[in-house]
Amino acid sequence: MTGMENLHYEFVGQHRLPTFAPILVGVVASGNLEVLIEPAASDRCAFRIETSARGFGAIWQAVVRDFHERHGLAGATVSINDMGATPAVVSLRLDQAASALAGARP
Amino acid sequence: MNISFAECTARERVSRLLDAGSFEEWLPPAARVMSPHLAQLGVPSAFDDGIAIGQGRLATRRVFIAAQEGEFMGGGVGEVHGAKLTGLLQRALRDRPAAVLLLAESGGVRLHEANAGLIAVSEVMRAVLDVRDAGIPVIVLIGGANGCFGGMGIVARCADHIVMSDIARLSMSGPEVIEASHGVEEFDSRDRALVWRTTGGKHRYLTGDCDVLVDDDVAAFRAAAVAAVEAAATAHPVSLASLEQEHAQLAQRLAQTPDGADAIALWQRIGVRDAARIPYLNADAVRALRPDAAPASITS
Repeated sequence: MTGMENLHYEFVGQHRLPTFAPILVGVVASGNLEVLIEPAASDRCAFRIETSARGFGAIWQAVVRDFHERHGLAGATVSINDMGATPAVVSLRLDQAASALAGARP
Repeated sequence: MNISFAECTARERVSRLLDAGSFEEWLPPAARVMSPHLAQLGVPSAFDDGIAIGQGRLATRRVFIAAQEGEFMGGGVGEVHGAKLTGLLQRALRDRPAAVLLLAESGGVRLHEANAGLIAVSEVMRAVLDVRDAGIPVIVLIGGANGCFGGMGIVARCADHIVMSDIARLSMSGPEVIEASHGVEEFDSRDRALVWRTTGGKHRYLTGDCDVLVDDDVAAFRAAAVAAVEAAATAHPVSLASLEQEHAQLAQRLAQTPDGADAIALWQRIGVRDAARIPYLNADAVRALRPDAAPASITS
């Protein structure tokens, strides 16, 4: 039996985030994922992904790099539980989380 | 604007049901209290194990609340999921809120955690009965697409008060389980009309298994929850006499059930007018048709 695959990516961000309450979007369901964004004391944006679909590291890296180029968050950890979401769904969920984050800030 | 309860996530239901901004979550996703079993099986876990618990205000009254996320493993009860429910109920014994609200959406025990899940459900049942015995009402609201089945179906019927929408379902074994064990002649799980008139909100309301039937609308669920908490404030807690009365009503209903016939015949037998038209009526119209003879809830 194969287990989950854990992936970890980090980028230096440009937009330093003030402290914020953690934000959760999405749900762990077939072809779906949940995204949790939490504050981190650094100038980086870290992605921690746990996925049931093994062997797609290169695609994950491209999708989160793409997200980071759009938003450039600094001081955030993005944690993902994935159940085989397609890259487009992952991008939408990440943008939804970033949008919720922007909406929650005063 | 009508907002569908069924279409909302568990947390959206909580935030729209309670007074705006009043929800305080315990063990939120960032706490990462997660299933110890799923990862070992190569199955993804959720940060909250598929349930949100906490406290808030309902029409200014302090209430405890739990909401199961039906999209995650069908709302299945695993070890942590069940422990969060049990912990919420046990905390109610200490803190004495005006009520505990359970927004149930579950297929029952999460099969991946079979024994741990079964034990968890039994602990939830015991805790529900303890909370009721302490005079704190437990109110179950069912409106998700997955319905409320298995162990959570039993938990719901252990509560004081049940609110359902017409698209909600409440039962023990799910349709596919009945068909698999007794054959398609006994129960055709793909016959959606049959499934709904056997387990759906209208049927549960007409036979007295649920107390309030509402439209699939979060505002209607909120209004029903407010009314239930207000009514419970003056109701008597569960007693031996009220339980014996309910058992007598259930025995009477069983005696009334026609052999081999389906729900429409039962509705006719208990005195529902226009029984054959029930599947085509909306919740408002069905509410007007419940005969007074239907078993009343324990708190009413």
